[in-house]
Amino acid sequence: MRPFRILLAHELRMLLVSPATYIAATLFLLVMGFIFTGVLETFAAAPQQTSPAAVFFQLLWLPVFFMVPLLTMKSLAEERRLGTLETLLTTPVTTAQVVLAKFFAAYALYLALWAATGGFFYILHRFAGGAQALDYGPLVGGYLFIAVSGTLFVSIGILASALTRNQAVAGTFAFVLLLMLVVGTRFAGTLEILKLDHLATLRAAVDYVQVFTHLEDFTRGVIDTRQVLYYLSGTVLALILGILGVEAKLLHS
Amino acid sequence: MPEAATEPSVPPPPTAAAPAIVVRDLVKTYAGHPAVRGVSFEVAHGEIIGLLGPNGAGKSTTLRILTGYLPATSGHVTVCGIDVAAQPAEVKNHLGFMPENNPLPEDMRVREYLHFRGRLKGLTRRRLGPRLDEVTHLCDLGRVRDRIIGKLSKGYRQRVGIADAILAEPPLIIMDEPTIGLDPHQILTVRDLIASLRGRMTVLISSHILPEIEMTCDRVVIVNQGRVVAAGAPADLRREFFGPGHYEIELAGPFDELPALLAAVHPRLASLSAATPGADGFATLRLGAPHDAPDLREALVNALARAPRFRLRSLTRTRHTLEEVFLAATQAKAA
Repeated sequence: MRPFRILLAHELRMLLVSPATYIAATLFLLVMGFIFTGVLETFAAAPQQTSPAAVFFQLLWLPVFFMVPLLTMKSLAEERRLGTLETLLTTPVTTAQVVLAKFFAAYALYLALWAATGGFFYILHRFAGGAQALDYGPLVGGYLFIAVSGTLFVSIGILASALTRNQAVAGTFAFVLLLMLVVGTRFAGTLEILKLDHLATLRAAVDYVQVFTHLEDFTRGVIDTRQVLYYLSGTVLALILGILGVEAKLLHS
Repeated sequence: MPEAATEPSVPPPPTAAAPAIVVRDLVKTYAGHPAVRGVSFEVAHGEIIGLLGPNGAGKSTTLRILTGYLPATSGHVTVCGIDVAAQPAEVKNHLGFMPENNPLPEDMRVREYLHFRGRLKGLTRRRLGPRLDEVTHLCDLGRVRDRIIGKLSKGYRQRVGIADAILAEPPLIIMDEPTIGLDPHQILTVRDLIASLRGRMTVLISSHILPEIEMTCDRVVIVNQGRVVAAGAPADLRREFFGPGHYEIELAGPFDELPALLAAVHPRLASLSAATPGADGFATLRLGAPHDAPDLREALVNALARAPRFRLRSLTRTRHTLEEVFLAATQAKAA
């Protein structure tokens, strides 16, 4: 446990002192601010059924697709390319500790970036006047969903980074996996073939993994433990595969 | 335990009698391609050992297996009495390793990096502070301790790597090509640094800079194509491959009388080159004696002094460089 704490502290420290973190954060907030303004403008133009927070979180996939690969692609691929993975693994630390430290550091940054978007809602609340403009339920639900789903998204990025020494490949791989997870499942849900009776179980499974359905439930305040379990078990699986990936590369180098 | 109390700072090796490293019939294949095929050697505590070999001989692979980083295909390796295959985690507490090309993070300061490494290697904060100062001083890193590693010159980077390897005072230090890419001054510094560890730590270094190894190491192990082709102290290896009997003399006089004189010194001592005297009448000759002959230098001087017509200007026993031993060893077994 002690090496893990040291590794995590080291990773977080390196994130804090790295200019890349701040550039990424600025650009992320710029894009999110742009989206947020767009959402507010639609609301200003005509009355809407849903809360602005719910619509804002509907666009979650956009930052997930570009931020998660960018945040995670460097983690293990860079260590392997520079050879520092070797120096790291010849000290009394295990592969699991290294991968977990990378994961938690990236996840912490992911959460911090999203937490910063809370500022938008604060500004809205401060200047729109009156609490009725802002419904807290969807807001809390949305952020909770981001925290829960983020574990899976970030762990997929770490898995992609564990499998290659090339950052670009890691980034692309993470992007493709996330695309399949978020959009691919949605597309699969619309397939005609799944409407056949004897494929009902398969359709149930596809319905179960719809990220957008989960998001809707969370913003409506429905927190289903099955959905939480889906993300957490997916995270554990991705991290185990990541650890095995790093070790397999050593065994078959 | 009164014995343990006498050595408070250095952790005693688990079994004092066990050698620092035992490698037996080590085999490693990469995807069917053999890199190491049956390497065996032993290293005693406190020895400085050089692992020599041409590129692709299996040096780095052997070292990586010793550190527990790579698993061996077959064979048996123990480090400080610990089986590497069975307890790779425990082995890592007993050694400091500097990999080939000395990979370092580009974006950390020297002091930060060494601090991080020290903590990972299990040093407490209290012990780490003074130890960092000590290592910085030992590796002469004082001037660059607050610089970013990515901006350091090769020599300093190499010293950071060595500082990292010796940081936790492990009983065994393994360095893969510690002097590669350094200028002669820096090589000297690194060599002194390694020599200063003599007796305190067991050091295993690989290199193909041969004079380097010869000056620092107590023994060398020469590997070629994944096999050990020679092992022993540099002087012993020289004797093994070339024998003691090569002399170089510079003399003037009646060269046609020389063979008889040489035969009187030793029946099978003979001149290997024809005498071509220079303007001053002196010629340089190479003399060869059989392998089992004793050192003939004194006898030669005496014999030449008794023959007044010969004037001797110099006499040396030819010293074969380790390079020649290395070439002979790697070619003999390859042929």
